[in-house]
Amino acid sequence: MRFSTLLRHLREGSLSLARNGWMSFASISSIAISLFILGVFLLLSLNVNNLTKQLENQVQIRVFLDLEISQAKIEAIGRSIGALPEVSRIRFVPKAEGLEMLRRNLGEDGQGILDDYDDTNNPLPDTYTVEVVDPERIAEVAAKIQEIGDADPDKPIRSVRYGQGTVELLFRVTNAVRNIGLIIVLGLAFTATLLISNTIRLTIFARRREIGIMKLVGATNSFIRWPFFIEGALIGFIGSALTTALLLAAYNWLVQSLQVEFGLMMIRLVTVWESGLLVGGVLIGLGTAIGIFGSALSVRKHLKV
Amino acid sequence: MIEMQDVWKTYPDGSHALRGVSVLIERNEFVYLVGPSGAGKSTFMKLIYREEVPTKGQISVNGFNIGKLKPRKIPYIRRNIGVVFQDFRLLPKMTVYENVAFAMEVIEAPKRMIRKRVMEVLELVGLKGKVNSLPAQLSGGEQQRVAIARAIVNNPAVIVADEPTGNLDPETSWGIMNLLEEINFRGATIVMATHNKEIVNTLRKRVIAIENGVIVRDEPRGEYGYEI
Repeated sequence: MRFSTLLRHLREGSLSLARNGWMSFASISSIAISLFILGVFLLLSLNVNNLTKQLENQVQIRVFLDLEISQAKIEAIGRSIGALPEVSRIRFVPKAEGLEMLRRNLGEDGQGILDDYDDTNNPLPDTYTVEVVDPERIAEVAAKIQEIGDADPDKPIRSVRYGQGTVELLFRVTNAVRNIGLIIVLGLAFTATLLISNTIRLTIFARRREIGIMKLVGATNSFIRWPFFIEGALIGFIGSALTTALLLAAYNWLVQSLQVEFGLMMIRLVTVWESGLLVGGVLIGLGTAIGIFGSALSVRKHLKV
Repeated sequence: MIEMQDVWKTYPDGSHALRGVSVLIERNEFVYLVGPSGAGKSTFMKLIYREEVPTKGQISVNGFNIGKLKPRKIPYIRRNIGVVFQDFRLLPKMTVYENVAFAMEVIEAPKRMIRKRVMEVLELVGLKGKVNSLPAQLSGGEQQRVAIARAIVNNPAVIVADEPTGNLDPETSWGIMNLLEEINFRGATIVMATHNKEIVNTLRKRVIAIENGVIVRDEPRGEYGYEI
């Protein structure tokens, strides 16, 4: 294609956007509205994902050590566990700290129960708190840690706990929530595609005469298609860019105004800066692609001789 | 220039629009196509500009066997055929200039050449002063002039006109006929379907009459031959 022809297509594509004012407006609105709904669910599912991830990351392994082992042995066990590739963080919790934590957790009502205990007769063992790289493989890692203890003749590890049962349930729930979110988003994307390409089909149907005249004066099919591609891309881009700007502005406002309330509940919303690129990319990418394919398909139908 | 050999056209509903038409139209001829409505005139024209393909028989235009043309090649054939309709078929949202320039943009002519040639053609049809008007702002005769300008802008060898004066008053019709004569004088072959008795009988040319899909009469400098 000549460069001047490309320029002509670009000019013609954007001009006909203006010439077909109402139809363009209808298509752009249809894209903007469908993608807005999609965007809302996208943000919702990003937040749900984030929340479940936070929950999952709170899952830890607690390694209870034997009461009667040497300081050197404690350190050796810590090093062995820390050396496992699946382990992301390991922290030693001495028994004194354990007792302190227990006191805090029991609160005012429970104070009395622990009053008789102090550093000299602390009944609690020293522990390691272990965080893993992939929380879903926590059972596996726990088993490996148990093996480290069993391999030692002194049996320095008394038990390994990670909330067996509860953790598995948590993962089942979070995975289900995530999958449902994905299905909703995919379903909405599909509906948006149908809705938008239908509107574009109508706009092009209204212009079948124009296509007929182009053919009559000897325009090749690709020459006819190009301005429609460009117009479709512009419609898709404008509609999705509008919706992205509006959505992210509204979301930013929401995050800011709910920061305090949700912060108190220990819930952190995904910020606009974290989600903007993904949401904008998905919406604008999808909008533009639908614009192009919608017009390409509809023009094709009218090009058949 | 245009040659048909035993051309048949049967539409999917089973109606025979043309039944064994053979004809030879020489370069630079001016031919009137007459006959009752539904006799096959429009099909005859559509076959020339390859809007329809014959069910049987052969058609060649400008040396190309257009019945056997690959779809990909059709646009290039059309560039050598200008088509004019009774209902003008202008793009309503484009100006006079854009409507005419459009036919040249399609063949990817350089911009400067388009400017020059479009102005030249608009001058020929007498619309140089209305380049920026929209079709809706023009009279019927003016719109038909724009359509003719568009048809001739690429210097086609053949002009096919399907009742070009059908929607115009007598005076305006004569203006259009003078224009077509001028184009014919400059070298184009013209095939014009018409119901206008006065024009055919006054501006004498070759007359081909079609009835029921068959050529019933073919006379040089013929007459219209039907009442009304």
